[in-house]
Amino acid sequence: MTSLHEPPHETAELFTFPQPRATGCPFDPPPAQRRPATRMALWDGAPCWMVTDYQDVRTVLSDRRFSADARIEGFPFFAPGRRAFIRDEPAFIRLDDPEHQRLRRMMTGDFLVKRVDQLRPRIQRIVDDALDAMIAKGAPADLVADFAFPIPSLVICELLGVPYEDHEFFQRQSRLVLDATAGAEQVKAAMDDFNAYMTELAASKKGEEDGIVARLASREDLTPGEVASNALLLLLAGHETTANMTSLSTLVLLRHPEQLAKLRAEPELVKGAVEELLRYLTIVHTGLPRVAVEDVELPGGAVVRAGEGVFAMIAAANRDEEMFGAGEELDITRDARRHLAFGFGVHQCLGQPLARVELQIALATLVRRLPGLRLAVPFEQVRFRTESLIYGLHELPLAW
Amino acid sequence: MHVSVDQDRCCSSGQCVLAVPTVFDQDEEEGVVRLLDADPSPELDEKLRTAAALCPAGAISLTEVAR
Repeated sequence: MTSLHEPPHETAELFTFPQPRATGCPFDPPPAQRRPATRMALWDGAPCWMVTDYQDVRTVLSDRRFSADARIEGFPFFAPGRRAFIRDEPAFIRLDDPEHQRLRRMMTGDFLVKRVDQLRPRIQRIVDDALDAMIAKGAPADLVADFAFPIPSLVICELLGVPYEDHEFFQRQSRLVLDATAGAEQVKAAMDDFNAYMTELAASKKGEEDGIVARLASREDLTPGEVASNALLLLLAGHETTANMTSLSTLVLLRHPEQLAKLRAEPELVKGAVEELLRYLTIVHTGLPRVAVEDVELPGGAVVRAGEGVFAMIAAANRDEEMFGAGEELDITRDARRHLAFGFGVHQCLGQPLARVELQIALATLVRRLPGLRLAVPFEQVRFRTESLIYGLHELPLAW
Repeated sequence: MHVSVDQDRCCSSGQCVLAVPTVFDQDEEEGVVRLLDADPSPELDEKLRTAAALCPAGAISLTEVAR
């Protein structure tokens, strides 16, 4: 419990990134997040809150007294490079309603549940092709490069109308932009290149109708800057997240052979399994930043004052014992739908129907077609992407 | 259970459609929630509660109806 009369920032404990995970527990949130709402100081000394309890996190993400607008004084940037990500004309993720809703609704049409369901045959073909190519190359293969990345990259490129041939360029830019250990100049340079690429692509598609980039570019109520920043966000979010979920999920299943066996025996469990994997892994492991625009008392009792920054740690909230009994355990048969892996509130992931379908098809196909799937290196040698805002794997060497 | 939706709050996450596809749908253009059945049969009560809890924008309201 925090008293209203307590001075705002007496706790000077540092919130550094990456927060170390416990030795031997690469799938569990860092022990530093096992605590109630806590005031901390960021790398630059700026004060902020770290909120980890399920109900507190849900409140921070859905109560409109918390803003996602990075231009508001007090918005927390927990790495020097984060500020560089914010353009003069921000993407909808860093705006509040009504601007957020106006922009978001221009992009929702392609991500409807029914529309995405119609993509299933196409996604299945992409998954099968990637797997065929991986099998043809022979074991050991790198699941990250050969399977996990090509699937969502191809899908989002088709939806956006971005040439897939450029994937090496934008995967490199994405990696830099999302690297929380990169310096501000490095991230800014990567963002500038990325933005120039998208601006040029959008200009060349003006007047065309196919693909999201063309449709955004053809709107008269958007500036070229708005088109570029929003299209860029979809491209970035569309492939990095699903790719890392696919590789991490595969590794987790290999480490839980009884769960893998269950999924093999009952393929119809895949939808629930994907929800549980989303909960268990929560790859946006660095949390979601917000700034309070009014004083708010959280359900857990902490009082966040107007102008104070908050990180909502969705990975910790998704292990909440009260919400998810035995939250530390992976159980693909539990009802995990109330997880916060896609965030919560009006900013909840726009692409979640697509992510779900991609993960369901990718994992079901992998499990079905490669019954002998196994790690090709000792587990200790697997390299985790701890430095990235999106948790994942650098490579996943597999045999079958 | 009587169901009502606030289309202005909706953020088109699609959670309601996944939870109870016979009651909720999405508008073709912007994905805004469309209510297919405001008074579904009582067997759906539990699923409706899940849908309301899953809605990230708080756009679904449920009212108990005396039967």
